[in-house]
Amino acid sequence: MPKHTFQLNGETVTVDVEDDVRILWVLRDVLGVTGPKYGCGINVCKACTSHVNGKAFNPCSVPVAAIGADDEITTIEGLADTVPGDGLHPMQEAWLEHDVAQCGYCQPGQIMAAVALVNKVRREGRAITEEDLDAIRNVCRCGTYARIRDAIRTGAEAM
Amino acid sequence: MVAADLALGAAPAHALPIPSVPQVPELYDLNDFLVHCALPTSNLIGITIAEDGDAHFALPRMEVGQGITTAMAMLVADELDLPIERVHVSLAPARKELLFNQLTGGSNTIVSMYTPVRVAAAVARKALLDAAAVQLGALVTTLTIKGGVIFDALGNSVTFGQAAADAAPTTTRKVEVRLKDASQQSLVGTPQRRIDALDAVTGRKQFAMDLDVPDALPTMVCRAPDLNGTARSVRNESAVKEMPGVTHVAIIPTGVAVRARTFGQCIDAVRALDVEWNGGTVPGMSADDVLAELRRAQLPLVVPKLGAAALDAEFVFHFRSGSALEPNCAVADVRDGSATIWGGLKSPIDTQSKVAKALGLPQDEVTVNVVQGGGSFGRKLFSDAAIEAAHASKAFSAPVKLMWHRADEPRQGRVHPMATSRIRATVLAGSVISFEQRHTSVPTDFTHGLGERITAEVAALPTGLANLGFAETIFLLTQELPYNFGVITQLLNEPKPAPDRFNTSSVRNIYSPDVATANELMVDQLAARLRKDPVAFRRTYLKSRVVRRVLDRAAELGEWGRAMPAGTAQGIAIHKEYKGATAVLVEIDCRPETVNRKVRDAVTGPRVTRATVVVDAGIVINPKGVEAQMMGGFMDGMAQALTYGNHLVDGHFLEASWDNSAYTRQWNVPLDFRCEVMESESKEPGGVGEAGVAASMAAVACAYARAAGRMPTEFPINFRAPLHFEPKSYVPPVPESPVDGLDHTF
Repeated sequence: MPKHTFQLNGETVTVDVEDDVRILWVLRDVLGVTGPKYGCGINVCKACTSHVNGKAFNPCSVPVAAIGADDEITTIEGLADTVPGDGLHPMQEAWLEHDVAQCGYCQPGQIMAAVALVNKVRREGRAITEEDLDAIRNVCRCGTYARIRDAIRTGAEAM
Repeated sequence: MVAADLALGAAPAHALPIPSVPQVPELYDLNDFLVHCALPTSNLIGITIAEDGDAHFALPRMEVGQGITTAMAMLVADELDLPIERVHVSLAPARKELLFNQLTGGSNTIVSMYTPVRVAAAVARKALLDAAAVQLGALVTTLTIKGGVIFDALGNSVTFGQAAADAAPTTTRKVEVRLKDASQQSLVGTPQRRIDALDAVTGRKQFAMDLDVPDALPTMVCRAPDLNGTARSVRNESAVKEMPGVTHVAIIPTGVAVRARTFGQCIDAVRALDVEWNGGTVPGMSADDVLAELRRAQLPLVVPKLGAAALDAEFVFHFRSGSALEPNCAVADVRDGSATIWGGLKSPIDTQSKVAKALGLPQDEVTVNVVQGGGSFGRKLFSDAAIEAAHASKAFSAPVKLMWHRADEPRQGRVHPMATSRIRATVLAGSVISFEQRHTSVPTDFTHGLGERITAEVAALPTGLANLGFAETIFLLTQELPYNFGVITQLLNEPKPAPDRFNTSSVRNIYSPDVATANELMVDQLAARLRKDPVAFRRTYLKSRVVRRVLDRAAELGEWGRAMPAGTAQGIAIHKEYKGATAVLVEIDCRPETVNRKVRDAVTGPRVTRATVVVDAGIVINPKGVEAQMMGGFMDGMAQALTYGNHLVDGHFLEASWDNSAYTRQWNVPLDFRCEVMESESKEPGGVGEAGVAASMAAVACAYARAAGRMPTEFPINFRAPLHFEPKSYVPPVPESPVDGLDHTF
């Protein structure tokens, strides 16, 4: 079986798995990293949203062979370590402040998408707009959407 | 878009409302029924104090996001004078002896457990104080508790942990305790964050598929192209078994199960399977066939149609998926004449019984562990995935972690049943003298009974008449039209009562969203007929003070009556259930530039721009949690009014994932959402998990009618619009995962 090496939450990992297995299953079923959730498998619900080299991506739709040894994957488990200090990431803190989660199933993906969105608008040299928030695709079946919007604004201020 | 013209006219009048006799739920409702069912065994719970002095409570209910573990922790912490961080609430496994007292439904957890859990905590407190009195050599009456430490008058102390060593009684005895009153509670009634929030935002919160059960490998089921079709034979079993990662393939009652190293390899195997299928349960049927069936079975209206005095309407509510974001899933380990199940299960005793039956085992040989669920919305009342997992584990002689593919959820999963609601209201001499509602529905499956074996088996008797009996009872105990409209009758009929053609369940709020939407649209019609403002009309005719209070507050907070541009409008609706009431006021924008706004691959349409929800939920444990449930209920109700439905075409549903099912997404969310939890005059707690849905759906429908100038009569209102998607294949039944994810990073 082919070996694949990549960076995961700050550590180098190597897995023995077929080339075409999507990264979501490599994370969850092979490595036991279960923060990214399955909600559709076709890149529409966004529950598995994680980061690759600092940008949001959906590991359900990327074969493990498409990732190289230097590519850095960050899941919700590794998000706090991307900022200085021992605490949480400011976006996680904002999620706590607004008590966003209900069942919590979509929230790792929501938070990872939110962080990437804030970074994206920063790169574009602007602030988050209602249109940016409207364009977030992550499904929340519990309907926490309004608190998500509030938390992103709070998190963005602290980032 | 199906709509009827808003009829204005008839005589304005200033007549008095004609009183209506009380309806059943005013005197005895579903929550009373569930509380009484739970009562005989409600003392079979206990609080455990560990050596470190922390309190542990195994809750015989299921947490699915509704916030009951947090509320329970607050109640226990207050009663024990222990910091909430030191109260640990877990979910009890199936406990057969609890009988009717281990069902999570009807928004009944707080209603049924509010007193028992406080009593359990108070008993623990008394035992700790008694033990501490001996240890400290002091009178119990001189002891005080602070932060889990017991002090005597001299300042000597023992911790809960120390006292607990001598506190556990060795015999059963009767004790009397006095519960704290509200003034002595410091947490109850104050906004608290969820106790599992940190786990949720760090990815540590574990759902069934996150559990590490040794050797439980991913398992998926290849399902038939037709609704409820079954597998006859597999033509390429050996080839599929040779596929990478695949370990097992077997026919089970609901399809062909495959077990593999990863779920990705299960998906590949499901797609590769060549199966000979038996037909489904509704061959060739489409939504309009079901509609014709329902119309033929509508119970007759009694009041004759009196020309201009009568307002008649019929409303159609289509199927919609009740699925949560976490798909149906369960872990099963069947071996050596016993079975162990792990899953998000709201009727675990019923699961235990059904798994035992499926495997031919005694019920006591089945252990059912309850795991927190990623949403439920009624879906997890049923044990579909647990039963499938048991079958698969038995067939494979190996543990399995079974999960449905998303495509299976709207297509084969449980749905809110399709229904019609026919209404005739009569206006005479300026007053409403009658209001008749005939609700006709595809049967709602209640074969989980009251969560245990006896009632479940009765409900599942073959003719369906027992299930109909359950359905009629639930309808009778939940539906209440709180207006003085003279003679009010609300009747349910479920033709073809055996719930064996469609997979249905008590989707969040059961009948109420549809019933309330039909009613409140008619109330607006009546107001228009009598030339009254919708809020003023409701105020005049409401017979319930609790409803009038929430209505008034919503109208005030939401600025009812403010000037709105053409093509936009306000809408307001009320609902009374769960020992409380809700009022929802929304503003909707139906102008073409809004309706036709473009978001990539999105269903946009009319946008609710502002929503105000006011709820009276009786005694409130955690107002922050109540607000969360109202927000969720609103997003749910809005979707059901505008965009969220399942299309039945030729024996199967078209929708197969979140890109097909247009549930509320950020581009639909009101930019201004506000919820107020009113100070209640009630002395008992209400239910909140479902309470927000009905009035929300109704308010959005009412606002739409006023903005568009046409009363919608079919829901979701975009049901007849051209499909926004190309239906996915039925064979194979699940789509391939894309490979281009790196082209869509941001």
